[in-house]
Amino acid sequence: MSAELTVDEVRELAAAVVDPEIPVLTIEDLGVLRAVKRDTDGRIVVTITPTYSGCPAMDVITADIRGTLAAHGAEDVEVRTVLAPAWTTDWMSDQGKRKLVEYGIAPPGERRHAGGPVLIELAPRCPRCGSGRTRMVSRFGSTACKSIYSCQDCLEPFDHFKAI
Amino acid sequence: MTAAASPASTVELAPTVQYVLRLGDDALVLAQRLGEWSAKAPELEEDVALTNIALDLLGQARTLLSYAGRLEDAGRDEDALAFLRDERDWVNVQLVEQPSGDFADTMARQLYFSGYQYELYGRLVDSADETLAAIAAKAVKEVAYHRDHAAQWVIRLGDGTEVSHARMQAGLERMWPYVGELFESDELERGLARQRIAVDSAKLRAPWRQYVDEVIAEATLSITEGLWTAPGGGRRGIHTESFGYLLAEMQHLHRSHPGARW
Repeated sequence: MSAELTVDEVRELAAAVVDPEIPVLTIEDLGVLRAVKRDTDGRIVVTITPTYSGCPAMDVITADIRGTLAAHGAEDVEVRTVLAPAWTTDWMSDQGKRKLVEYGIAPPGERRHAGGPVLIELAPRCPRCGSGRTRMVSRFGSTACKSIYSCQDCLEPFDHFKAI
Repeated sequence: MTAAASPASTVELAPTVQYVLRLGDDALVLAQRLGEWSAKAPELEEDVALTNIALDLLGQARTLLSYAGRLEDAGRDEDALAFLRDERDWVNVQLVEQPSGDFADTMARQLYFSGYQYELYGRLVDSADETLAAIAAKAVKEVAYHRDHAAQWVIRLGDGTEVSHARMQAGLERMWPYVGELFESDELERGLARQRIAVDSAKLRAPWRQYVDEVIAEATLSITEGLWTAPGGGRRGIHTESFGYLLAEMQHLHRSHPGARW
């Protein structure tokens, strides 16, 4: 057992945990990691927030945070899930958006303000050839956070991370 | 069965527990119905869409039922509430339990219900109950997407071929009798609304109707006035014939193998 980890060390370890569905993104890139703090009783609490209510990755992420920290000697860490404030794609870091493009997923664009009549976004650029001539194939994709597009220039289909 | 024979009859539950259960039951039962389309939807993209919507609803239901269990403080977790309650203890509206029928029936149910949930959650974000407000703020974004998905299909089918138009019209009419119940508030709900915990669903009817009317008009369809209205009673544990079969399918594994996990 190593010496007790500091809050900063725990944060660094937790921040490096990757999303099981999109393994190029860390939970920090996604904005899923909200806080790492010491509780009043001295216990370290890692706070995460789901992207969608039913996101099945949350259980895996929680287990991965615990596993990583336990491997570094921090057993007594609480992983807490909070819903408020509600996650938005605005919390995804610019680095995260760049990594998505490199991985072949079009990143979320700017989101419309809540209360707008329709949630349709401008068509995303093709992450493979950069063309703006893309069309939506399906409003829903392989995970809750993505929709499916295809490029009319390079003809490749691709995932698009929906802006919410 | 008499009420006394049911150990955890919802009638005895505290108002807030009862209210949270209503929202959770609506979401869980509709998630179960939509899951029936898995591997059976008209095209692969819709298979993915309907199961994604079901997943969102399941996530909402899990959060709501877990919260109801914590509020009740009687040791029931989300699984106990989902798998160990009998029909009379479920307080979902009858609309969500209606058989999925054909794709048009399902889209009509989606339009009506996601339209209702959108108006409800959009107001529940201001609830004095912070947990409910947080759940609503998360869910309203998802539901906006569900509503938009339903509207696009209703328009596409209604303003499509002669056959798709007729079937979409039939779908709207088939689900319409169960709409009234969505907007019938009772004393429990109004009491909680006065404390700014709940939303009085009677106040949702007008904005809901405006949206639905716009979609239906664009789809070149119509609501036939004078259709019968189902007597309702879902909030009091009264359900339609098919609901027992839905529960049997959803609950039998857990009841046959108590504590079974994936």
